[in-house]
Amino acid sequence: MLAVRLWSVRNARLLERVYAVFEPLFAGLAPLWRRIGLDRAERPIAAAERTIKGLLFDCRMCGRCVLSSTGMSCPMNCPKTLRNGPCGGVRENGHCEVKPDMPCVWVKAWEGSTRMAGGDKIGMVQPPVDHRLKDSSSWLRIVRERADPVQSLTP
Amino acid sequence: MTEPRESPLYDPGAPFPIPEGYASGSRLERVLRAGRFAVTAELNPLDSADLREVYDRAVVLSEVADAINASGANTHMSSVGICALLTRAGYSTVMQISCRDRNRIAIQGDVLGAAAMGVRNILCLTGDGVQAGDQPGAKPVFDLDSTSLLATIRTMRDDRRFLSGRAITVPPRVLLGAAENPFAPPYNFRPLRLAKKIAAGAQFIQTQYCYDIPLLERFMARVRDMGLHEKAFILVGVAPLASARTAKWMRSNVPGVHIPDDVIARLESAANQKAEGKALCVDLIQRIRAIPGVAGIHMMAYRQEELVSDIVQASGALAGRRPSQNPGARPVHDPSIRRTAS
Repeated sequence: MLAVRLWSVRNARLLERVYAVFEPLFAGLAPLWRRIGLDRAERPIAAAERTIKGLLFDCRMCGRCVLSSTGMSCPMNCPKTLRNGPCGGVRENGHCEVKPDMPCVWVKAWEGSTRMAGGDKIGMVQPPVDHRLKDSSSWLRIVRERADPVQSLTP
Repeated sequence: MTEPRESPLYDPGAPFPIPEGYASGSRLERVLRAGRFAVTAELNPLDSADLREVYDRAVVLSEVADAINASGANTHMSSVGICALLTRAGYSTVMQISCRDRNRIAIQGDVLGAAAMGVRNILCLTGDGVQAGDQPGAKPVFDLDSTSLLATIRTMRDDRRFLSGRAITVPPRVLLGAAENPFAPPYNFRPLRLAKKIAAGAQFIQTQYCYDIPLLERFMARVRDMGLHEKAFILVGVAPLASARTAKWMRSNVPGVHIPDDVIARLESAANQKAEGKALCVDLIQRIRAIPGVAGIHMMAYRQEELVSDIVQASGALAGRRPSQNPGARPVHDPSIRRTAS
């Protein structure tokens, strides 16, 4: 929902703090996730992630979350799914070229990043999204990557 | 390595080697690295399968252009197709790749094919949304974005491998370009976005149409503070406006085009709007050339290619240079083509 998504950008600093607590906590539970089995944990955790991030960010479950580098504005809501910044078509009122009623995802990303302590991460070049990861949990991916950086490329 | 001149193996007819440290050795790259004010010009693609029309449009641009951009915003003859025709006749081209139309598999294949045909410059674009063109029902691809597209081709060229890591035996030697629009929000993000594109591999930049010099000056001041003008060559987009009506249509229908009201007022008050549009374009070029850090201009005279030569000459942008790229291409030129008197 657009209103909630815009709230998240306005509160990017708060959400950044929440993530700073949540991420190491979740990753610290790695032994638990491994005991359950990463593949068995995948479905319920992906469902939880979809619900929570769906509400807050209109998350599209790309499987490779970059919200902390995009001012808490999910780039997959950009009709061109741009992951490195706005296109040249942004309207003078800051709205989207493709959807004139929607504020540009990257105008919001820039606003959000200026509120965040680590907002300069918006300057990092993001690789293209791996479409095999679609609908998989990016939270569990962090656990997978720490366990095995090579194997984790496939869901 | 080439053989020394006295060696019997030395071939005086071999292609010129690419200078040390150059990406492609294209005419555009050589002019830019020499510190000369460069001119590129857009050849607007045709809705036709006629090769003569391509050459007719190219020949009028080649008088003043260091490279010809084969553009393709809508459904027209493809940039690959136009580049195939132009490189065959010896023209220096800029091929345009739009992420809207091709996935990473098709793009990487096109890059190899283009380099093999003799394309030495590639412009990496996101592309307008499909809603802006004549086929709004098409599936937008956007598998890569312009920044990851730059990184992909740079990897192919410099690391000799595809995005997958698979090896490339002979890499595509191309100069990489990107677009920038200093005239669209978020204005403060634009210089940083340019820095990202340069970090990803952009060596030259062609901007959106410039009709707002103060906005460009603010952008360039930030670009100079960040030292970006020393890392990439910035060519500013310009074009003559045919009339005040065209200008109004463009700013409300072409994505990312910003035309201030005073520009439209200047056209409206002119007796001959077309002539005023030309004069305005000459003025813009001269003012753009005076901005430190600008390396050249990019002419995008949509359906007005015949005006480009006159405008560039009148602006003094070439400072006496005569690009006249390829006299060999002239025989295919149809002499009946209309030229406007200067």
